[in-house]
Amino acid sequence: MSKISRRKFVTTGIVATAGASGLVAAAGLAHRYGLIPPDSGGIFGPGETLTYAAQRLLARNSLAREFPRSMISKAPFANEIAPLGDGFKNHQAAGFKDWRISVDGMVARPGSFSLSDLRSFPVRSQITEVVCEEGWSYIAEWVGTPLVEVLNASGLLPQVRYIVYYSIQPNWWESIDMADALHPQTLLTYAMNDGDLPMSFGGPLRLRLPRQLGYKSVKFITRITATDSLKRFGKGLGSSSPEGGYAWYAGI
Amino acid sequence: MSDTTSIENSDSPRHAPFVRVTHWITAISFLALLITGIEIMISHPRFYWGEIGNVQTTPLFQIPIPSSRAMVPTGYGYVLPDQNGWSRYLHFQAAWALVLTGLAYAIWGLWTGHFRSNLFPAPADRNWTAVWQIIAKHMRFKFSDESEARPYNVLQRTAYLVVIFLLFPFVIWTGLAMSPAFNAAFPATVNVLGGRQSARTLHFLLSAFLLLFLFIHIAMVALSGFWNRMRAMITGTPPVRQKRLAEERR
Repeated sequence: MSKISRRKFVTTGIVATAGASGLVAAAGLAHRYGLIPPDSGGIFGPGETLTYAAQRLLARNSLAREFPRSMISKAPFANEIAPLGDGFKNHQAAGFKDWRISVDGMVARPGSFSLSDLRSFPVRSQITEVVCEEGWSYIAEWVGTPLVEVLNASGLLPQVRYIVYYSIQPNWWESIDMADALHPQTLLTYAMNDGDLPMSFGGPLRLRLPRQLGYKSVKFITRITATDSLKRFGKGLGSSSPEGGYAWYAGI
Repeated sequence: MSDTTSIENSDSPRHAPFVRVTHWITAISFLALLITGIEIMISHPRFYWGEIGNVQTTPLFQIPIPSSRAMVPTGYGYVLPDQNGWSRYLHFQAAWALVLTGLAYAIWGLWTGHFRSNLFPAPADRNWTAVWQIIAKHMRFKFSDESEARPYNVLQRTAYLVVIFLLFPFVIWTGLAMSPAFNAAFPATVNVLGGRQSARTLHFLLSAFLLLFLFIHIAMVALSGFWNRMRAMITGTPPVRQKRLAEERR
């Protein structure tokens, strides 16, 4: 057998040390710039971190594709939802007139907004595609107010790093980083295709996020919380999706 | 550094160490991608063409299997358990492993001349007579042994080139074209394919071609001496050559 030469041994050592210190330095930088997703703990952490970090570094501000009116789906598909709770049914019976969305956490002016309050904010209308993790999709026109408008009106504190949002339905909550929370296409959506947002599509209020898969666009929104850490929310994985086995970041 | 020396020198391994390592990382990643890809496909075994597609639009074709979602009309009276969570996590992690390994392999292959000397058909084989001779040999189930000077024949080279430079890049592209954040950043990557449902359908068809390659690849390894070929790809030195080398030393 051939002996490993001294030169080869030294070179391998230098390369290995440089590689290891490079990884440590990269991990430190990734933490500082918020490139590590909250569900990065398990065996799939490396893949999730690579995807999330790569997209935040290379395409933080890109806009989702918007389509011409002619491409709006004739028959959009409302996905199945869990049986509606009493909380929702009571609002539905009252025609959603008392539906409010509260804003709390790290904001200067915590409070709440009615649906008509939301309609007094700047309006954005966009024709975007809903993309389900299962593979199907449809295009619709979504009308609402950008989340950033509501956050600014509430006095977002500078240390905020994530926005958590809740459905009125139990155990249905998600969170997004500031790249998505402040993104102009992230809408508190109250109308769809020239009408009120139908219940089956998340009405009266849905947070629509066209740069991520459909499951991040939570239906029946009643609460928004601004925070600097996701550790104290649920199991600390960022949202109910990773608690059910699905990735927190769904921009893939 | 040139890889050509390793072929002509009978003491050196049949496959370079870099080829062996990247081969097995790719093999494991591909297997993970294949299994998880099938799991994900089961949640919606319908395929469409164009930008959009769902259970309310007409599919291009449908795989006649049960689904893991109740809303998909499959004709079966039952629904399979949902495996998409871990399947998606593993699919993307394995995709990263495959892409990074592929990039390293491509750089190494260009740097060492591996593609030029071992994969592009040898000058003597660039004619139909040579190609036909190899096909005829295969038809008679006669496969090259270790004494042959060149490591890969012209059919192998063509198959490997198609897999490495056509199927893998295209399957990665169509996969990325399904990512909502990626196609926000690079809309042309999905638009030129005709839309995201076209990208999904192409992704599925390309995986089917890669699976076909895998079947033929394993069949050829089995027919031409399974353990000999496996040892060559794991340790670099097949038993046949080990035996000959031992005899030469005596």
